[in-house]
Amino acid sequence: MTEPNGIPRDEIILEAKGIEKIFPGVHALNKVDFTLKRGEIHSLMGENGAGKSTLIKCLTGVYGTDGGVIKFNGREIHPESPLHAMSIGISSVYQEVNLCPNISVAENIFAGRQPMKGPFVDWKTLEERAGKALERFDVNVDVRRSLDSYPIAIQQMVAIARALDISAQVLILDEPTSSLDKQEVAKLFDIVRKLRGEGMGIIFITHFLDQVYQISDRITVLRNGELVGTYKTGELPKIGLVTKMVGKDFDDLANVSRVRNESPHDVMIALEEVSAYQSVENVSLELRRGEVLGFAGLLGSGRTEVANLMFGIEHNNSGVIKLKGSAVRLASPKDAILRRIAFCPEDRKRDGVIGELSVRENIILAFQARLGIFRFKSLRQQYELADKYIKLLGIATPDADKKVSDLSGGNQQKVILARWLATEPEVMLLDEPTRGIDVGAKAEIMKLTLDLCRDGMAIAFISSELDEIVRISNRVVVMRDRAKIGEIDEDEGLDQENILKAIAGGMAV
Amino acid sequence: MNGRRRFSVDLKYIPALSAIILFFAAYAIGGILYGDRGFLTTRTFATLFTDNAYLGVSAVGMTLVIISGGIDLSVGSVAALTTMMLAYFTEVLHWNSALMLCVVLLTGALLGFLMGLLIDVFDVPPFISTLIGMFLARGLCFIISIQSITINDPLLRSLGKWRIKLPTAARAAAYINLSVFTFIAILIAGIVIMQFTRFGRGIYAFGGGRASAKLMGLPTRRIQVGIYAFNGFCSAVAGILFSFYTFSGYGRHLYGMEMDVISSVVIGGTLLTGGVGYPIGSLFGIMIYSVILKFISFNGSLSSWWTKIAVGVLLLFFIVMQRVTVVLANRKKRIQKQEAR
Repeated sequence: MTEPNGIPRDEIILEAKGIEKIFPGVHALNKVDFTLKRGEIHSLMGENGAGKSTLIKCLTGVYGTDGGVIKFNGREIHPESPLHAMSIGISSVYQEVNLCPNISVAENIFAGRQPMKGPFVDWKTLEERAGKALERFDVNVDVRRSLDSYPIAIQQMVAIARALDISAQVLILDEPTSSLDKQEVAKLFDIVRKLRGEGMGIIFITHFLDQVYQISDRITVLRNGELVGTYKTGELPKIGLVTKMVGKDFDDLANVSRVRNESPHDVMIALEEVSAYQSVENVSLELRRGEVLGFAGLLGSGRTEVANLMFGIEHNNSGVIKLKGSAVRLASPKDAILRRIAFCPEDRKRDGVIGELSVRENIILAFQARLGIFRFKSLRQQYELADKYIKLLGIATPDADKKVSDLSGGNQQKVILARWLATEPEVMLLDEPTRGIDVGAKAEIMKLTLDLCRDGMAIAFISSELDEIVRISNRVVVMRDRAKIGEIDEDEGLDQENILKAIAGGMAV
Repeated sequence: MNGRRRFSVDLKYIPALSAIILFFAAYAIGGILYGDRGFLTTRTFATLFTDNAYLGVSAVGMTLVIISGGIDLSVGSVAALTTMMLAYFTEVLHWNSALMLCVVLLTGALLGFLMGLLIDVFDVPPFISTLIGMFLARGLCFIISIQSITINDPLLRSLGKWRIKLPTAARAAAYINLSVFTFIAILIAGIVIMQFTRFGRGIYAFGGGRASAKLMGLPTRRIQVGIYAFNGFCSAVAGILFSFYTFSGYGRHLYGMEMDVISSVVIGGTLLTGGVGYPIGSLFGIMIYSVILKFISFNGSLSSWWTKIAVGVLLLFFIVMQRVTVVLANRKKRIQKQEAR
């Protein structure tokens, strides 16, 4: 895994000690230490919200720190902006290629630093130097053409070329591989290894575990803004890494447990070898009436994408989606709503509630979508409906006219549930329904989920909290790297241990 | 060496190229229809420039604005304010007219600078900021005077009347005046700025992705404020040229000029979404506009309002074409991606 090379190994190039970062209400980084050596590839791991990006942003001057010291080559530094960090020698390449698609490849590498001849840009030198910079990566493209005429992989190389041109000693790659295919990743890794060989320190952030083990020398794990530890890649088995990333949650949900169903259930939705472009690959699964189907996997494993497919947000380009046994094409969420499928999206604030509208208006939304805009419900009927669900779900609001943004997270989540229940769905897709709400509300949401299940609804439950999944699911689909890698039934030892094993295991190293 | 220049047209050149082709096609059609009445003479060709040079100057500035992804609605009002200031200060207050030329140019640039600051520092959308500038400048015109003031200043008169005769075989003599030279000078300046300066290249980057440009470390504030200051300057130049044309300053001058300028720039192949466009394309946008005007005057029986309809139709055509090229580009990308797999 680690390649020997002639560079002195243990020279520390970048050191962060006791970094603190506090946002209003959140302790985003709590005394985090991090060291990067010359000529090493260091993976930074952690679930969403663990503090990876915050740490990187502190190192590159996007944020100021609230405590701690950053040293570069032994000298204390205070990066003020990404540009300043760059001039010190710390360059970063982000997941989304942060270049301008409309200007040429050459210009993207040199924008703002074009070689000049007198007052004018020296195009000839510019293009020659751009060509040379890319040749280093065995990339041979016409540097005069605009960036968007090349695939993402090339754009990524251009971004790296830009980052490196500023005599960087530390290169931060933030999720660089998430939009690349296998060959492109292999090529990127060749380049990264080459740079390591030249003595550069590289920080690598990804959610692909395989890639971490393929390329990194050391791994630092963060969880909830705290340092879990730094390990040599060879000494940390995958299962250990996953456990350290996910952690164990306290058991506040003791009285929630899955619904036992004896009778065989009808299949509501079946996916048969479904693949979607840049999304999931070859997923087959069945979602049955009266059961909770859990979706486990790390962030980016394809969990949400599967839900999107079942709700018509994304479209499959191969395979079949069957609803109650007959193949369907879900062209849009509206199609799905008409077929009695409901979806509570992952990002409640962005995709779910409309904060400026009242509880009633939010509840009525999906219902109205199903009716079509020309069939009005009288205001009285709307209030009846809203009051019914406020009571049923125990939404803590003084009345149905309260603005949703004034409610707590848990209650907002219930409003979304109410919205979909009002459409009388047969299938309910819940994507991270318990994220960002307190433990009591979590338990309530889960109990509601189980009640719906008892009433015969088919429920897909996507969550990063393994504990919750294990608690309420009858079966669990385990996802990794945008593919389904296994399914665990309640009778076959459905517990956290086995899910973790499934996520970590079966990875050919 | 890197790859050779291949013989294929980058999609981004297509709108500007079609403007050029469209101009020559329109000119040829005019020649066929009205050739016997002198459509193809040098004189007619020269008037394509002389009549609308002020629009052309403004279009060059507007091209920069639109490439940056912005819009400037204030150009007509700022130009009108220029005519008013020039007329009032030279005729009523008897200031030195050469000095006043400098003052109005600075005023235009300053107004643009302030609008740029408003956009960049306070994050007010360009549409709103320049709308404010538009009302302010138009209001100032009428604060100065509600009447039309005739310009009799000898220097301004002689500058406005100065022209040189073009060598032509035809009986009808052809002239080009100072407006045309100014337009050409501003056009060349626009081309050089956009093609050969960091500022110009920064405008393209800024228009292609504002956030990216910032992350790439480009001086986005300087770029954005500079664009609007330059465009304010161009508006003032346009105002001066217009006052050479009419020899008057009036608050009602040039109502709606911004729309003619914006549509000419768009017809000239600059993408309203920003990031793509060329000053040379805007030249042809203006020329197409001028040719339409010529068609109407040569026809003799058409109402001049047909100009607006023709411009509307052309705009529709060009906007649709821009959308199509964007869609085509995306499709091409997707195919490349699939091939790569």
